[in-house]
Amino acid sequence: MSVINAVTCPICGCLCDDIEVTVVNNEVVKIKNGCAVCEAKYLGYNSEHRIRKPLMRKDGKLVPVSMDEAIHKAGEILANANYPILYGWSSTNCEAQRVGVELAEEVGGVLDNTAVVCHGPSLLGTQEVGIPTSTLGQIRHRADVIIYWGCDPWSAHPRHLERYTSFTEGRFEDSEWKSYVNKVKAAAGMKKLLSAQRREEPKKVHDTAAESVDFNKPPETLQKEGRKLIVVDVRKSMSAEMADYFIQIQPNKDYELMQAMRALVRDEELDVDQVAGVPVKYLREVVDLLVNCNFGVIFFGMGLTHSAGKFRNIEVAISLTRDLNMRTKFLIMPMRGHFNVSGANIVFAWQSGYPFGVDFSLGYPRYNPGETTSMDVLLRGESDAALVIASDPGATFPKRAVQNLVKHPLIVIDPHMNATAMLGDVVFPSAFVGIEVEGTAYRMDNVPLPLKKVVEPPEGVLSDEEILKKILREVRLIKSQKTKQKTEAA
Amino acid sequence: MQGKLKVTLLTGRTIEQGVGKEYGKSSPEYYEACSMVYMDADDMKKLGVKNDTHVLVTTPNGSVVLRAVKYPRSAIPGLIYIPYGPWANAIVSDATTSIGTPSFKGTPAEVESALGKPVLSMQALLKKEFGR
Repeated sequence: MSVINAVTCPICGCLCDDIEVTVVNNEVVKIKNGCAVCEAKYLGYNSEHRIRKPLMRKDGKLVPVSMDEAIHKAGEILANANYPILYGWSSTNCEAQRVGVELAEEVGGVLDNTAVVCHGPSLLGTQEVGIPTSTLGQIRHRADVIIYWGCDPWSAHPRHLERYTSFTEGRFEDSEWKSYVNKVKAAAGMKKLLSAQRREEPKKVHDTAAESVDFNKPPETLQKEGRKLIVVDVRKSMSAEMADYFIQIQPNKDYELMQAMRALVRDEELDVDQVAGVPVKYLREVVDLLVNCNFGVIFFGMGLTHSAGKFRNIEVAISLTRDLNMRTKFLIMPMRGHFNVSGANIVFAWQSGYPFGVDFSLGYPRYNPGETTSMDVLLRGESDAALVIASDPGATFPKRAVQNLVKHPLIVIDPHMNATAMLGDVVFPSAFVGIEVEGTAYRMDNVPLPLKKVVEPPEGVLSDEEILKKILREVRLIKSQKTKQKTEAA
Repeated sequence: MQGKLKVTLLTGRTIEQGVGKEYGKSSPEYYEACSMVYMDADDMKKLGVKNDTHVLVTTPNGSVVLRAVKYPRSAIPGLIYIPYGPWANAIVSDATTSIGTPSFKGTPAEVESALGKPVLSMQALLKKEFGR
C-alpha cells in the first residue's frame, strides 16, 4: 500500500492539489480531501466503460483492431482530408496539446478546444476590453465580497468555495463556514417551527404562489460582518442557497442588470423601479456594498456566456469591474470548466497566436470566431474528417453539428466509451491524464500545476501524447509517399 | 389543465451529472442524471404532470422525452432546466450568433405530458439522432 500526497485532481478548473490517494496493487482504493466528483473519478475511472483496445468501424460495428492498423487508418484519414477538424484538448495535458498544434498545422485543419461551447465568449470579451484579474491565492487571502454570477460552484466546482473564497481561512479574511453552519441550523429550526404552526392551523393554506411573485428579498443579510457571498442566477442553485444574498434575475437579462449596476456605481439615477426583475432599491444597496468593500471579485460562468448577448455580457461584466476599480479594488475571473481548458487556450495561443478556433487550412493560423471555430465549420457542413480527443462533442454539441460530424470519418481518442466514441470510426483508448500519466495543466487563474501519475495504465494503453505522435509520424509518412509517387509519375 | 406549456429552456451543470460523467458516459449514474428535466411545481400541476413521470420537450431543433422532476429549491415558473448531455443537446438551439458558441440557455421550448413514452438510453438516442 502506498499513500501519495499532494496529488492534483484532473477534473475541473479548480485543480485542487491537496488530494491524498491510497494505492494498493496498482489500484486506487481511497481518496482523501476530494469532492464527490473527484471520488467518482479516482474510484470509478477503471470501470467496464473503459476502452481497452483500439477499435475500428467495420460493417457498421466497432470491432477491436491492432494499434498499428488503427494508427495507419487514422493517418490515412487525416492525410487525405482537405479540411479536418481537430477538436477537444481540454482534458489532457499541455504536452499532448503541443503535439496537437503540430498535427493541425501538418494536416491544415481547424484546431479548436472546448472553449467554443464554454468560455469562448469570455476570451472574446477579454480581447475586447482586457481583464483585471489575479491568482486565486490573492482572492483567498483578501477578498471580502465574492460574487458568483451565472455559475453554480457547488455543482460544477465543488471545492471552489472551500479552497479559494468564502469558506477558506485567508491571511486577512476569515472563513465564513461557521456562520454558514449556524445559518443552516437556524433555517432548519425555523422550518420545524413553521410546520408545527401549520399543523395547529390546518385550514390556512401555505401560499407559495404569492411568495414566488417577488423573488428578490431586501438585502438585509448583507449587513453582517466578514466576507459576503452574493450569487446572481436565474434559479436558486445550491450555491445560491449558501449565499448571504441571492439575486434572482430574469433569463437573458444579465446585460441590462450589469449596465444598471454600472450606472449606480457612477452615482447616476435610474428612472425605472426594477431591472431584470430586481428592484432598483435593492440593487442600490448591493452596489453600495460593492463600492465600499476592500477587495471584491466577480466569478462568472455559463450563465453569461450561453445566454443572449454572450460575449457582450462578458464585456459589460469586465466593464463593471473596471468601473468598480475607480472606487475600490475589484477583480473578475471566468470559472473554467475542464481541468486543462485554460492550458489548451494557453498552448494554442503560445504556438499559433490564438486561444481557440484556429484555422490552419491556408498554411498559416487564422482566427475569426463565427467563421473558423469547429462549431461554425460543422454547422456549415464544410469539414471532411475529424479527430476528437479528450472531450465528448457527441454529448456536448447541438444535434446538427454532431450530424455533420458523423457524416465524415471520425477519429476518437478517449479513455472512456463516451457518446463520441460510440459514433467514431477509429477509436483509440488512452491513459487517464493525472492518474496514469503525468504532465502540466493550467488552473482557472492560469497558474500551471504538475499532474501526478499514481498508477500504471492498463497494458497496451498509451498516453494521448504518444498516440498523437504516432499519428503525426504516420501522416508525414503517407504524405511523403504521396509526393514521391507524384514526382515519379511526373 | 393545459396540453402544452410554453417555457424557456436552460441547460447546465448538476453535481449528479458531474459524478455520472466521471463514472463513464454509458454508466447508469450518467443516464439517471442527464435524462431528466427540472420543472416548476406549479407548471407541473398546470400540465397534470407528476414527479418522476415523463414529458416531451420540444424546440424548433427537435424533441426529446425526459423524466420530469420538481425543482427542489425555489419556484422557477416558466423555466425548465436540463443537465448537459446528449438528451439536452438533442433539442438545444444551434444559433451561434456569429461567434461560434451555440445558445445553450434562454431559448424557447414547449413541454407536454408524455405518459407511456420511454426515455431513450444514450445508445438508443444516438442511434435515433445519428444512425449509429
